Amino acid sequence: MSPSQEASADAAGIPVTLTVNGTTHRLTVQPTAVLLDVLRERLQLTGTKKGCDHGQCGACTVILDGRRVNSCMVLAAMKDGSSVTTIEGLAEDGRLHPMQQAFIEHDAFQCGYCTPGQIMSAVALLEEGRANTVEEIREYMSGNLCRCGAYVNIVAAIQQVLATGRRSATP
Amino acid sequence: MNNFEYLRAETLDQAVAAAAANPAAKFIAGGTNLVDLMKYNVERPERVIDITRLPLREIAPTEEGGLLIGALVPNSDLAYDERIQACYPLLASAILAGASPQLRNSATTGGNLLQRTRCYYFYDPGTPCNKREPGTGCPAIEGQNRIHAILGTSEHCIATHPSDMCVGLAALEAVIHVQGQGGARRIPIGEFHRLPGDTPHIDTTLRHDEVVTGVELPPSDYGSNHTYLKLRDRLSYAFALVSVAAALKIEDGVVAKARLALGGVAHKPWRDTAAEALLVGNPPGRERFAAAAEEVLRDARGYAHNSFKIELARRAIIRALEQAAAGTPQSQTDKRIR
Ligand SMILES: Cc1cc2nc3c(=O)[nH]c(=O)nc-3n(C[C@H](O)[C@H](O)[C@H](O)COP(=O)(O)OP(=O)(O)OC[C@H]3O[C@@H](n4cnc5c(N)ncnc54)[C@H](O)[C@@H]3O)c2cc1C
Ligand code: SF4
Ligand code: FES
Ligand code: FES
Repeated sequence: MSPSQEASADAAGIPVTLTVNGTTHRLTVQPTAVLLDVLRERLQLTGTKKGCDHGQCGACTVILDGRRVNSCMVLAAMKDGSSVTTIEGLAEDGRLHPMQQAFIEHDAFQCGYCTPGQIMSAVALLEEGRANTVEEIREYMSGNLCRCGAYVNIVAAIQQVLATGRRSATP
Repeated sequence: MNNFEYLRAETLDQAVAAAAANPAAKFIAGGTNLVDLMKYNVERPERVIDITRLPLREIAPTEEGGLLIGALVPNSDLAYDERIQACYPLLASAILAGASPQLRNSATTGGNLLQRTRCYYFYDPGTPCNKREPGTGCPAIEGQNRIHAILGTSEHCIATHPSDMCVGLAALEAVIHVQGQGGARRIPIGEFHRLPGDTPHIDTTLRHDEVVTGVELPPSDYGSNHTYLKLRDRLSYAFALVSVAAALKIEDGVVAKARLALGGVAHKPWRDTAAEALLVGNPPGRERFAAAAEEVLRDARGYAHNSFKIELARRAIIRALEQAAAGTPQSQTDKRIR
């Protein structure tokens, strides 16, 4: 969606209040605006990536009202009153989230494009508490594709965090 | 994506009236299918009616001893609901075989029922397609048809219905509750999705102004004698080439009741009661299972790239019935097929 389209429809847009990484934003959005584009283009939170724009790759994964979703498939106008956590919201006071740290330690990326989505998905997977075995990690991470094929190290990073039991950047 | 009018319905009556007033209106729930199709300009609604604020998020017991699932219950909540896991594990398994955790969090029960085909030509407005633009023809019949149907096709459309959940619902004889301007109706799952015939642009028997309010599951007594076996091009996050939902009630070593439904093979979840009847009254065994498979596939017809599905379906049916009889349902995390 071009910026000019965004601006022109703004006048007749839909008011929404979104709390993103703890900060409340009052915005007017076009009916056609998806959450991914609002995060990236209106709030300048470009950590969340656009891979396919069609729900197929997981690069756009964010945590919306406590659940991981593909933000490219969400109409922003429908989410008035919602809370969103993006990759920018994981670190606390300069301390990385244990999942971010584990991705670095395990070299769980190559180009890094899928990484924010992988990490958001993996953080949600910890909360969901359903993945214990390697097979379960693979299955519950299958919504995140990695063109560089860093899967082996991604699984290792998640296994490490699962084993430590840590769930946030706070020690 | 075309521009459209966005309306947020606060009540069911508002939603119904808003749809009735505009023939080019569409309801939206999880958005995982509608937004996708709108981005491809396949769906171009003038009005999009947001139904997500309606009170349709409960899973409630029915007087008959079954469950009524609200249309807005997310696929993930449904699959992990304790009552569903305990009494309808076949449905839980079918849902968990589909899409990804992210998509299942957004996708709703009603939206899953109404998701549209994944036919490549349907998705490409640059090509003709009878489902997208009635009367333009069906390029899949002579073109790329590897993922297409082998049962119930017509000369106008050979698309499949892509849902896993609906195959489970077909085996469980679910009933769809809907409400429109004409009041409330109940549609058995077998009559909800249509065969293409000469009107492939019409997927279901739901009317334009009708909202799906819920899905009713009658009581179920298959215990652990069930399975949802899904075969696809990769082990996760891919649509079915062929899937089989099977459930058996075995009493004194004899099949007392059988349910058999297939996905990925037709324009609707394909349940075959004649094949089920061949199983009833007999001890479960490979020969009977093979006979049931032959029965299901008696009128199967392949096209240039999908003929393999006929043999794949035959073997999948036998394997699924073996898994059901042994009480060893297919795991949706450890994919080894036993
Ligand atoms: C990459 C990808 C992979 C997928 N893989 C699978 C898979 O393996 N197996 C599978 O089964 N599915 C799969 N899906 C499809 C997914 O299950 C559907 O997109 C989802 O179930 C649709 O639900 P929704 O609530 O998001 O629907 P929406 O997109 O909101 O709506 C879909 C349609 O239903 C209508 N609708 C929605 N709710 C109602 C209602 N209550 N009453 C009347 N009409 C209604 C809408 O008007 C629209 O036409 C996949 C999707 C994607 C994007
Ligand atoms: S199979 Fe159906 S959906 Fe696909 S091109 Fe033919 S008419 Fe269109
Ligand atoms: S960008 Fe959303 S899933 Fe690929
Ligand atoms: S690191 Fe390059 S796509 Fe995953």
